[in-house]
Amino acid sequence: MNTPRAAWLLAGPALAVILLFFFLPVCAALALSLTDFDLYALASLKNLRFVGLDNYLQLLRTPLFWKALANTFIFVVVGVPLSIAASLGAALLINSKLAWFKPMFRTVFFAPVVTSMVAVAVIWRYLYHTRYGVINYVLDSLGLQPLDWLGDPRFAMPAIILFAVWKNFGYNMIIFLAGLQCIPSDLYEAAELDGARRFAMLRHITLPALAPTMFMVSLLTMTGYFQLFAEPYVMTQGGPLQSTVSVLYFMYEQGFKWWNLGRATAVAFVLFVLMFGVTLLQLRFAGRGLEE
Amino acid sequence: MKRVAYLRGWLAVAAASIAVLLAACAPSEKGVVTLRFWAMGREGEVVRELLADFERSHPGIRVDVQQLPWTAAQEKLLTSFAGDVTPDLCQLGNTWISQFAALGALAPLQERAARFRTVPAADYFDGIWASNRIGNNVYGIPWYVDTRLIFYRRDLLAGAGFDHAPRDWLEWTRMMAALKRRSPDNYGVLLPLNEFEPLLALALQQDTPLLRDGDRYGNFRSPAFRRTLQFYIDIFRQGWAPRVTATQISNVWDEFGKGYFSFYITGPWNIGEFKRRLPANKQDIWMTAPLPGPGGPGASSAGGASLVVFEHSKHKEEAWEVIEYLSQPAVQLRFYAMTGNLPPRRSAWADDRLAHDPYAAAFRDQLERAKSPPKVPEWERIATEMRLVTEALVAGQLTLDQAVTELDARADRILEKRRWMLARQDGGKP
Amino acid sequence: MSLRSNTWSARGSINALLVVGGIAAVFPLLWMLAVSFMAPGEASHFPPPLLPKSPTLANYRTLFADAGIGRYFINSLLLATGATLLSLAFNVGAGYAFAKLHFRGREKLFRMLLGALVIPGQVAMLPLFLMLKQMGLVNSFVGVLIPSAASIFGIFLVRQYALTIPDALLEAARLDGAGELRIFRSIVLPLLGPILVTLALFSFLGSWNDFMWPLIVLTDKDLYTLPVAIASLSSEHVQDNEMMMAGSVLTIVPVLLIFLGLQRYYLQGLTMGSVK
Repeated sequence: MNTPRAAWLLAGPALAVILLFFFLPVCAALALSLTDFDLYALASLKNLRFVGLDNYLQLLRTPLFWKALANTFIFVVVGVPLSIAASLGAALLINSKLAWFKPMFRTVFFAPVVTSMVAVAVIWRYLYHTRYGVINYVLDSLGLQPLDWLGDPRFAMPAIILFAVWKNFGYNMIIFLAGLQCIPSDLYEAAELDGARRFAMLRHITLPALAPTMFMVSLLTMTGYFQLFAEPYVMTQGGPLQSTVSVLYFMYEQGFKWWNLGRATAVAFVLFVLMFGVTLLQLRFAGRGLEE
Repeated sequence: MKRVAYLRGWLAVAAASIAVLLAACAPSEKGVVTLRFWAMGREGEVVRELLADFERSHPGIRVDVQQLPWTAAQEKLLTSFAGDVTPDLCQLGNTWISQFAALGALAPLQERAARFRTVPAADYFDGIWASNRIGNNVYGIPWYVDTRLIFYRRDLLAGAGFDHAPRDWLEWTRMMAALKRRSPDNYGVLLPLNEFEPLLALALQQDTPLLRDGDRYGNFRSPAFRRTLQFYIDIFRQGWAPRVTATQISNVWDEFGKGYFSFYITGPWNIGEFKRRLPANKQDIWMTAPLPGPGGPGASSAGGASLVVFEHSKHKEEAWEVIEYLSQPAVQLRFYAMTGNLPPRRSAWADDRLAHDPYAAAFRDQLERAKSPPKVPEWERIATEMRLVTEALVAGQLTLDQAVTELDARADRILEKRRWMLARQDGGKP
Repeated sequence: MSLRSNTWSARGSINALLVVGGIAAVFPLLWMLAVSFMAPGEASHFPPPLLPKSPTLANYRTLFADAGIGRYFINSLLLATGATLLSLAFNVGAGYAFAKLHFRGREKLFRMLLGALVIPGQVAMLPLFLMLKQMGLVNSFVGVLIPSAASIFGIFLVRQYALTIPDALLEAARLDGAGELRIFRSIVLPLLGPILVTLALFSFLGSWNDFMWPLIVLTDKDLYTLPVAIASLSSEHVQDNEMMMAGSVLTIVPVLLIFLGLQRYYLQGLTMGSVK
């Protein structure tokens, strides 16, 4: 059998599944976003109307949509740097020659990543309990003010950010570790001989060497964080006062609660365009950085 | 090589387990019909017990009850409809009936109800039965009812010189004014800003409907609704109601016990709650009374849940038998004893347990004047807008004129698709 | 400055930080375990207890007897196994083809697939649901499994690893007259051993923890997987924290054990997947 035919035989089934169950629905979603598909249309397709860009325009006039955008942006802008800082910090610590029990700590930091989101959200929901939660107990014993984490609109999103960072920092930590291990140790030895202190080594050797890894990690994390859904769904149902409604949560409600499929798919595409735009921006930014 | 053999082993195990699963998924005994019944909340827990007797007297029918939490129920039902996997019968809030009927999801039941004398329409409270009727068809049989009326502090009223509950709006305003004079830091009535039910109940007391032209347009600019909204907003402006949401009141029963407010517009489940949560020495200070209307005892919203059969069910006859069973007055009284849910049939109310219950008496009276809100699928969205606009009105961001105009504009926008569909129907078919 | 004393204080602070971080990372999980063995209502106290006064299996008993969690556990197991097998069946061949077999449009197609990674999966969910309804697959295990039978990430993973197979080996086999499929079966597959384990691991964990799609597709309680059942239980039993923790234990511990046993493959796959 010649090579191309074998290739199509081996890759064909997978490509067919991806085409049929991913690309096709995505195109259908685009088409749906141009109609006013809703409950009536669900009952009978004769109730479907083509409305062009009306869904998108209506979206721009929906205050909850803007709130969802704002909430998602807060999550990304605060959460991504926090997550990267935690991952990098953990990676640096574990990579240090002075650390003990490295494999154990690596496993311990990574454990939250493999857990089921729902199961740990249930745990954290109780950790955040105003009266019986451990977090408020710790705050109280440190002399700080305990907070109504999940009930106060000001603190619900920070609570979710903290939770998300805990759950995922292990993932990026592993990637940073791999990157750190690629840095040749003679660079550090030479710097030490020159009398450089630890911080200087960090700034002038480690971080620049990690730049490509850092870029990729921030891209991946940002893409993931834009798709915030499970945490608000399980912990706060978008509340309190809609302070934790993310774009995808808004889409889920429009789509699976109210069955406004036209609206919901429009939201999904807006999110996609947004993420695409941000990714392009980052690529251009990084491109310029690499040239320097 | 080892790994390939290992994979093959995996495959065999998996194939075997999938076969077992498929076998386990098809448990059909000969001749026994298994019905899928979806119920929500506490009713879901309790109905299994009730149905044990049913299964004993109907050996050919097995009822598989699946309990759903209220928060996810509407979602799951719509999803099951969208996916063509609806159950045979289910408990449905009666305000959802119009939505599912518009989808063509429910089987019409008036023929069976007429045929079987066991479910006589005349025995049901008129407003409640009507809430299940859309056009000429009846889509649900009422299972239990719910309406809103006033729970009040009769000791505080007595202290202000009143020996009975208010019978109309005028008397009510006089009472609230008197209460406020005696205790300026407390309030007359609690009207939570995040709930639309109290305003809806008051709005339904007017004779003019809330939507006009065959439910195609909002009718909020009508003089009748303006009068209701004026009455509602005056209560806030006079300081007779606190400007709070239900969540800002940490414990509504505590606050009622402390006299923070003297009137509370709520439903039958609170009879049990008040009995449970108010201390023993405070049990004789509260009482229920029918909702006062503009010119005498007024109407209130017709709520509750019905039992419906889905159009796609292959066992409609058997499902109907379950509904018949649960509609028997004796069974409804057992249900009431287990859950506190009030029966929708007058004959059930004749029983001692309900006839002599002082708190339930007001409900018996109110149910004769229960009215349903407009029966369009979009009603819940319109009711939400009603709440949002009223909230802005109470906060002083809108005048009354602006509020009703805005409400009509939003309702008209929401009903646009309905108008288009009705126009098509009228134009396309004779 | 004395390097030795500097090193010791540095050593101390680094390890102290590691310990604090480790506690923060693992405390919720340990606490979950502890609470699951507490008597119902024991955890609702101030200050919150860290250890059960007298450990009891009552919560687990309730879960198995009243909530029927054994059924959900088996459902999760079956689905995860099915997902793993499907993933292996579809992704491995495709990954190898993209790595070592030349066909027209290969690079372009692969770049397109990579680009598609940016599209959030949720965009496809709604139309996919309607599609499954037409096929009568709503509320079935097949409906849950089919969309993720092949994944772009899985193909990418296998491809990266397959790139490391020496071309000379394959060329020699071709010169010997072996057909492509024969080469795949007898030479390539054995070499792909480690990445197969990695892929199987990713697929198993991914399916076991998957929440949104089974939530949408499965309407019958009997078919629920563990995460969906936990989510449903948590809205009904808001007060029964000890029981919910037991449910979380059952959901988390199996995958944690699998991960601990096969860490090496998982972490290796992660780093490989991130190297472009």
